Amino acid sequence: MKDPIIRIRNVHFQRGDKVVLDDVSMDIGRGGIVAIMGPSGVGKTTILRLISGQLQPSKGSIEVNGKQVSKLSRRKLYECRKDIGVLLQNGALFTDLTVFENVATPLREHTDLGEEEISERVTAKLDSVGLAGTEELMPHSLSGGMARRVALARAVILNPKIVLFDEPMTGLDPIAMSTVGRLIRETNDSLGLTSVIVTHNVSQMKKLVDYCFILASAKLIAEGSPQELMRNSDPAVDQFMNGRVEGPISFKYREDAGNATASPGR
Amino acid sequence: MKMEQTRKNKLLAPIAETGHCGLFLMRMLGSIRLERQLLISTLQQTYLIGARSLVIIMICGFFVGMVLSLQSINALQQFGASDQVSLLVGKSLFRELGPVLTALLFAGRAGTSIAAEIGLMKATSQIEAMQLMAIDPVQRIALPRFLAGVISMPLLTAMFNAFALLGAVMFSIGVMGLDPGIFWSKLHTGIYFTKDFMGGVWKSIVFGGLVSLIAVYFGYYAKPTGEGVGTATTRTVVLSSVLVLIFDFIMTSFLI
Ligand SMILES: Nc1ncnc2c1ncn2[C@@H]1O[C@H](COP(=O)(O)OP(=O)(O)O)[C@@H](O)[C@H]1O
Ligand SMILES: [Mg+2]
Repeated sequence: MKDPIIRIRNVHFQRGDKVVLDDVSMDIGRGGIVAIMGPSGVGKTTILRLISGQLQPSKGSIEVNGKQVSKLSRRKLYECRKDIGVLLQNGALFTDLTVFENVATPLREHTDLGEEEISERVTAKLDSVGLAGTEELMPHSLSGGMARRVALARAVILNPKIVLFDEPMTGLDPIAMSTVGRLIRETNDSLGLTSVIVTHNVSQMKKLVDYCFILASAKLIAEGSPQELMRNSDPAVDQFMNGRVEGPISFKYREDAGNATASPGR
Repeated sequence: MKMEQTRKNKLLAPIAETGHCGLFLMRMLGSIRLERQLLISTLQQTYLIGARSLVIIMICGFFVGMVLSLQSINALQQFGASDQVSLLVGKSLFRELGPVLTALLFAGRAGTSIAAEIGLMKATSQIEAMQLMAIDPVQRIALPRFLAGVISMPLLTAMFNAFALLGAVMFSIGVMGLDPGIFWSKLHTGIYFTKDFMGGVWKSIVFGGLVSLIAVYFGYYAKPTGEGVGTATTRTVVLSSVLVLIFDFIMTSFLI
């Protein structure tokens, strides 16, 4: 892949004695939607946190937008994060602010726009995620799917280059799931973003993404387009893509040396 | 060897934590910018914290004033000096009881809710979301609450003292029938501005900073779980109560 926007090189990450990522390399190209997949607890969220600079790898390097995120000071890192939108696992809306104020927060913090301009942009963004008219609602009165869409609007309000999604569809009903999926695609294409989605939902991934990385047992085991991966004959890839119990990916927390390990989700 | 190690860690842990908390304070103060937003959110928090604690502080102040004058009159009568009651009540209120009791009540009422609020924001990833939006939560969340604590404690102490005096007046003049003229003139001539009044004000400012620092610190570093939030609140009350009393002794020995 030429000119990747995110370049992960030989990254090693450890929590205590537990190796979470072992020598993982990925190139994520500009534009398009990329998925990082794998069983729960394999380290998908960890990769997102490495990309956003919340965690530092013990070995290897991570380059985002041409900058080594693991080596930046807090001020430089914060500067860099203005180009990255993040949608956390359950949306993480500010519970004491209205929907409008939630989406307006990044604009108020990072731009000098006047009240009128802010209001215009927020309304337009809420409209684009199908939530016109919800401005004055409080987050607790939103359904799961609506909260996710507000969080999406908030994540892209500053027109970032990259958006990271942590399990954007988990816990949603099938209709909300498809809605969020379609919105991710629309937003990605209309704003020219690069979207990185962390998920373990294979069927959604097949519909939505352009390229996919599969992690198992702390390692990257396969990458390619969804079609290529479906045809992949590697037993671990086949097990994950088809959700089989039997196979090299174990669901035990720790296994004796030599075998694959993947902890149950938490 | 192992035991020695753990014993050493037990000894060092509080010292390390104190240092960590000090650094947190530095980071908080270092993020002060003279902007409208800080002013607005600090005023907002002052209003919230003040409004939360006001009623309980008025009620407690009133009864402390009553019981204080009851005890004083009872003791002073033995020497036939019950007309000195306002002096005794006033001195002990302005110097000690006002700032200390207000700080303890404040820790239980406002301190816990600050710690729980921030801890909950952490448990629901709101703090993380802010960091990811390149907004410093220390500046936006912790700082206004800390400043609000420093501002509201002296004001609440003033309310406490006012209601305690009201309680003392009602009891000693209303119930015991002391002469109001003597009561007020003793108070007026016997209480000194710098020594008695300002001494209490300094204390309450320090206590305000202490309690709200502990509350935001424990909230900010709470484990992001329900249990973590609970632990943070409990530790906030316990530690800030103990420290208020220790600091009270230290400050008194310098101020007296
Ligand atoms: N705060 C933490 N402390 C200790 N271990 C953690 C922490 N967060 C995650 N882990 C461990 O790191 C591994 C990867 O976690 P994570 O990246 O969240 O997995 P995923 O998102 O793929 O489900 C898990 O096995 C988990 O046990
Ligand atoms: Mg995860």
